[in-house]
Order: sequence, then structure tokens, then C-alpha cells
Amino acid sequence: MERSEFNNGLRAGLSIAIGYFPVALTFGLLAKTTGLSLFEATAMSIFVFAGAAQYISLSLITAGVDPLLIVMNTFIVNIRHFLMTASLNEKMQPAPKPIKAAYAFGVTDETFSVIATSKQDKVSSGHAFGVITIAYGSWVVFTALGHVIGANLPLFLQAAMSIALYALFIALLVPSMKGNRKVVLLASLAALLHCFFYYTELLSTGWAILASTLLSSIIIELVYAKYGRAPIPAVEKEES
Amino acid sequence: MGPTYWWMLFGMALVTYIPRMIPLTVLDGRKLPPLVTGILSNIPFAVLGALIFPAVFYVQEGNFLFGLIGAATAFLIAIFGFGLMTVVLGTIGVLAVYSLFM
Repeated sequence: MERSEFNNGLRAGLSIAIGYFPVALTFGLLAKTTGLSLFEATAMSIFVFAGAAQYISLSLITAGVDPLLIVMNTFIVNIRHFLMTASLNEKMQPAPKPIKAAYAFGVTDETFSVIATSKQDKVSSGHAFGVITIAYGSWVVFTALGHVIGANLPLFLQAAMSIALYALFIALLVPSMKGNRKVVLLASLAALLHCFFYYTELLSTGWAILASTLLSSIIIELVYAKYGRAPIPAVEKEES
Repeated sequence: MGPTYWWMLFGMALVTYIPRMIPLTVLDGRKLPPLVTGILSNIPFAVLGALIFPAVFYVQEGNFLFGLIGAATAFLIAIFGFGLMTVVLGTIGVLAVYSLFM
């Protein structure tokens, strides 16, 4: 693993680490109100490392949902990472399987977005490890900190911090939307489809996210294939 | 919590890791048709749209306006070209002011 690649990754991941700060802090805070100990809350961030799924699990624990169902729900919410790592595999330089299996642990919505939209044609394992290390460190440390200091924060601030996860998603999406109609269409169609599944109660959250993502990606791709528009430059495949 | 929590955590860790690992290892090296790689490269943008909407409107139960203001603020700050940290902290700041005075 090249040292400079790892360092570049750390730099690229710094924005995620800072973005995770309020999100993880809020998670720690909510975990405490849910009744998890500092150790239990931090362990979830150490072993699971999946923002949205962790948040959802807290609300399910509060609702007294069967733990087995919480595990199933986690699976459904996180199946989208299957699509992401499949997409990421096209972007990564070849590497031995144990190395890929190691950085696979750290593929979240945020680390994926940063690695997959990287300007390089092919991303090295070292770069991926750099992005993931700093993001993961921030996630774990600030979960613990949120649990420790969370309850001392004034209520209005605790309420405001509940937006953190979504602000992070928006901050990841908007730069790619600028001047790129395809990205705007992809995000809008997926959002509309998810709203449809949500308000008609056709699918539960996990399946709804998965279905809207897949449908939007397929429909827009077919439309663009038919009318021969240019692919998305940031993740354009190098043909050689 | 108790031992049940730890079993649940183990299960959550496992079902989170497996979908992340399989495409990078087991499925590695298979040549995918261009239409499939095209669809796969669309996914990061589609998934963000689906993750944000409609959930962002329901972060504070029963207060749709709270989420709406949050989403609008985040979009505005991001459109002006600010980075992740500014977007997240700026949105929290605006909503803190809103929560304080409402």
C-alpha cells in the first residue's frame, strides 16, 4: 500500500469525518435516551458502521420490536451497499481479495460517494483505506462522545441535530447535481418513487429504498441508452 | 439491554458486512455488460435521492415544517458550493435558531 495514496485518502475522507461529527454525536445522544450504555452504543458504531441502519435500529428498539426483526430490517436497509460495492468494484484498481474484503467493511453511503466520485479513473486500495480510516475513526469516537455529553446539550440543540444525517446526504448529492441533468433526474426519480412507496405504504422502508434506487437507475439508464446521451463524467468508465 | 442486545448486534454486523463484501470479492473479475455498469454507476446518485426523501420531512415527529426548513437550508448552502461540514453545521445552526424561537 503506497503511503502517499493512503494520505491522499485521509485528506479526501476528512470532509466525511467532519460531516460525521454531528451525525455520530446525535447517534450517541439518541442511543443514550434509548437506554443503551456507553459501551453498547459505541460497540454498535464499531461493529456495524452504518449510519441510517443504526438510527433506524434505535427507533425500533424504543418501539420494542423483536431483535430478530431489527436484524432483518438492518439487512434490508443495507442491501443497497451491495449495489454500491458492485459499482465500486468497477472503479477500484485490482487487489488481492483479503484486501478488498478488508476495505469492504468501511463502505458506507458517504465513503462510497467520495471514493466513487473521485476524479481518478481507478482508485487504489490505499486511497480507499485512507478515506475509510478517517471516516470510521470519526464515527466511533463521536458516537462515544455524543453518549457522554449528549444529555447535557440543551433540548433545542438536540432537536436541531436530528437533521445531521440528511444534511450530510444533501451535501454529498448537490455538488454532483450541478450542471449534470442525469444526476438530477436520477435523484429526483428515486425520491419520487420512494415518496410513492412511502405514502401508499406498498413497501417497508428498507425495501422501498432498494426498489426506488434500482428502478430509478434502470429507467434513467434505459432512457439515456435509447436517446444516446453522454454518461456521467465523474464515474465514466475508461474504455481501453 | 442484555445478552439479547449483543446477539442482535452480531446479527446486524453480519448482515451489514456481507452485502458490502460479496461484490468486491466473490463477484470480482466478472466482466459486466455496459448496460449493467451504466446502471451501477447511476446508483450513488439515485440512492441519495431515495435516502433523503421523504424521510427528511419526518426527522421531528409531527413537525413537517422543521424537516422542510432543514432540507431547504442544506440544499441552499450546498448549491452555493460550500463543503460537507459547512452544510451540516449550517443546517443545524438554522434549525437550532428555529427550535429556540418556535
